Amino acid sequence: MAPRKSASVSGRKTTAKPAKKDFTGGTIAEFDRDQELGAYREMLLIRRFEEKAGQLYGMGFIGGFCHLYIGQEAVVVGMQMALKEGDQVITGYRDHGHMLATGMTARGVMAELTGRRGGYSRGKGGSMHMFSKEKNFYGGHGIVGAQVSLGTGLAFANRYRGNDNVSLAYFGDGAANQGQVYESFNMAALWKLPCIYIIENNRYAMGTSVARASAGVDFSQRGSAIGIPGFQVDGMDVRAVKAAGDEAVEHCRSGKGPIILEMQTYRYRGHSMSDPAKYRSKDEVQKMRSEHDPIEQVRARLIEKGWASEDDLKAIDKDVRDIVADSADFAQSDPEPDVSELYTDILI
Amino acid sequence: MPIEILMPALSPTMEEGTLSKWLKKEGDKVSSGDVIAEIETDKATMEVEAVDEGVIGKLLIAAGTEAVKVNTAIAVLLQDGESADDIGSAKPAPKAEEAAPAAANAEEPAKQAAAPVPAAPKSETPADPAIPAGTEMVTMTVREALRDAMAEEMRANDDVFVMGEEVAEYQGAYKITQGLLQEFGARRVVDTPITEHGFAGVGVGAAMAGLRPIVEFMTFNFAMQAIDQIINSAAKTLYMSGGQMGAPIVFRGPNGAAARVAAQHSQDYAAWYSHIPGLKVVMPYTAADAKGLLKAAIRDPNPVIFLENEILYGHSFEVPKLDDFVLPIGKARIHKIGKDATIVSFGIGMTYAVKAADELAKLGIDVEIIDLRTIRPMDLPTVIESVKKTGRLVTVEEGYPQSSVGTEIATRVMQQAFDYLDAPILTIAGKDVPMPYAANLEKLALPNVGEVVEAVKTVCYK
Repeated sequence: MAPRKSASVSGRKTTAKPAKKDFTGGTIAEFDRDQELGAYREMLLIRRFEEKAGQLYGMGFIGGFCHLYIGQEAVVVGMQMALKEGDQVITGYRDHGHMLATGMTARGVMAELTGRRGGYSRGKGGSMHMFSKEKNFYGGHGIVGAQVSLGTGLAFANRYRGNDNVSLAYFGDGAANQGQVYESFNMAALWKLPCIYIIENNRYAMGTSVARASAGVDFSQRGSAIGIPGFQVDGMDVRAVKAAGDEAVEHCRSGKGPIILEMQTYRYRGHSMSDPAKYRSKDEVQKMRSEHDPIEQVRARLIEKGWASEDDLKAIDKDVRDIVADSADFAQSDPEPDVSELYTDILI
Repeated sequence: MPIEILMPALSPTMEEGTLSKWLKKEGDKVSSGDVIAEIETDKATMEVEAVDEGVIGKLLIAAGTEAVKVNTAIAVLLQDGESADDIGSAKPAPKAEEAAPAAANAEEPAKQAAAPVPAAPKSETPADPAIPAGTEMVTMTVREALRDAMAEEMRANDDVFVMGEEVAEYQGAYKITQGLLQEFGARRVVDTPITEHGFAGVGVGAAMAGLRPIVEFMTFNFAMQAIDQIINSAAKTLYMSGGQMGAPIVFRGPNGAAARVAAQHSQDYAAWYSHIPGLKVVMPYTAADAKGLLKAAIRDPNPVIFLENEILYGHSFEVPKLDDFVLPIGKARIHKIGKDATIVSFGIGMTYAVKAADELAKLGIDVEIIDLRTIRPMDLPTVIESVKKTGRLVTVEEGYPQSSVGTEIATRVMQQAFDYLDAPILTIAGKDVPMPYAANLEKLALPNVGEVVEAVKTVCYK
């Protein structure tokens, strides 16, 4: 997507800089064979994992809420490719994809979904509340928008320590209307915190379309009044995400403060498992699936460039299915937490 | 082996549904994500998507069938190279015999109820450290004690920083952070915009990353805007992460009524925060406790709510002059030994208790005063030991009467020391009204010494 010209405000001086001009947005990263294959595999793992999670939910193994990431895979996979060791990730409740992308194991995540002791939170967190200190994944937060302030705090810690790590705070188009998001933007801009705000605009906040909830629908410009640059990204194309991630990371690491990336993406499944999806048409969903699917795009390129044969891709598919099947077996056979866990981890 | 497709549960409460429509027929090829059927629950019509790939070998449940139980096989999917002859050997996807533990449990409520609930663990809190004989005692205000505590901890640990409104250049709205900017610089003494929800979250995030923030609220009344971050993020993360990460953070600032600031600036949050597992709640009265407990709070790996009081800021007390005076969180202090009745209080409530004890002494009633100091975890053993001796208990606080700290103490003492009580426990609290502005009404809304004196006389039947 080409950057839009910033509108000129006639006769008035503004202190906030026009946000977009330094950024190209719309760039497509050139992937080599390994990158294409890596992205394909990572996205496929998330998709197959989520399909399996949906199935286990249907069988009663997973309880409560379960928000699937199917359709949005390119966002986390592309962004993760732009990071380095020590960079932190935090997100909301649609978090399984983020966890797998940061390298958390399918077993640990699936076992948490089923509430078993081998889960990342030992069965005490569930779908929406999972963490991995080792992988610098800070949750997994069930309160819409809370992770934006927390992610800003992670960035604060990086600046305080004087390291050059960045923090990625993911949130949706729905959370983008929460007040604390703007409180955080303001502090991050004021203190030049290395925070990348990634708005995953999947067009629907639960069942409310963007247009019905947001007076301004260009989320990349939500920080423009306080000088936070931002641009829109084709969140269905992992190469576009990676290119945007590279630009954003470079901006933050070099001490220029926060940046906003609006990832234009789409979730195929309902908001949660019990969503009948009456707020959008089947055609709309089908069109996204058939024309913009992030995994099919990579698959088509791999075949077209001769970088992988159908058999190669089948082998990857089998490998991924095996990992997912293994995680599902583990998540069903692993015992529930010991009853003594009821009273552990409340205070240190 | 062919795969059985099972009737899915589409909400946490669904047990059965109507298979309203098949969108695939026998012989159709399906891939992951294809919609194969529609089912109707009590709430909505939902689509069933295929997870596995294959060819529909057989539809086991006819369209229109009602009350199909969750996990019933509804179709058989054939894999590459399989034919209808293989249907008999179908394997449920995945293991059906282990399916739906939740449903199985629901049928055995008696068994579930019988499962023993583990007892809440008891923790031992060490006593206050002994103060060496000959230690010089210095008279200082609570304000100075709090500042010294922060300064000492900031000198000792570079991860400790203070953030809040007006903490730096203004030197603190109530001058608690006076001089800190000059000593530690703007990196560690951080003025925030007026943005309580946001900076509370930023503080918690920094704590999750391993720093040791002290977040000052100009008053705890403003922390209502931030209470989600305090409770949902700070207090619960350790549990939700299975112990992987928590929030070593101190939220501090003046709490409760000051003078003539009316309803929105005069609330006592002791009972509110004391309700929350995962928080520690400290509310000191003396300068020595303020210093020793704030130092402990800053070192504590858990989120600590540190409730100060604007009126007490200017009160002076003796503080031992020691290099590192730290007190244990969770330990009450016997402020005055007595034998006839026990008064339990904390924070500014202590001012009423102390004055009432003087009045009562004139009447020949010798009260024991316990300063709780920490509201959570609550040092109930010290209270009960005292009640065993006196047989009578009065609690004093400024907060609202319903669900107050006093009612909590009364409940637990009644449960754990009923046989030692010689009179019903009386709880003195603020009145059940928003704080009025008018001077005469404000006075009426707060507890007073006379009420405490009368309550003690009542429990002593005098």
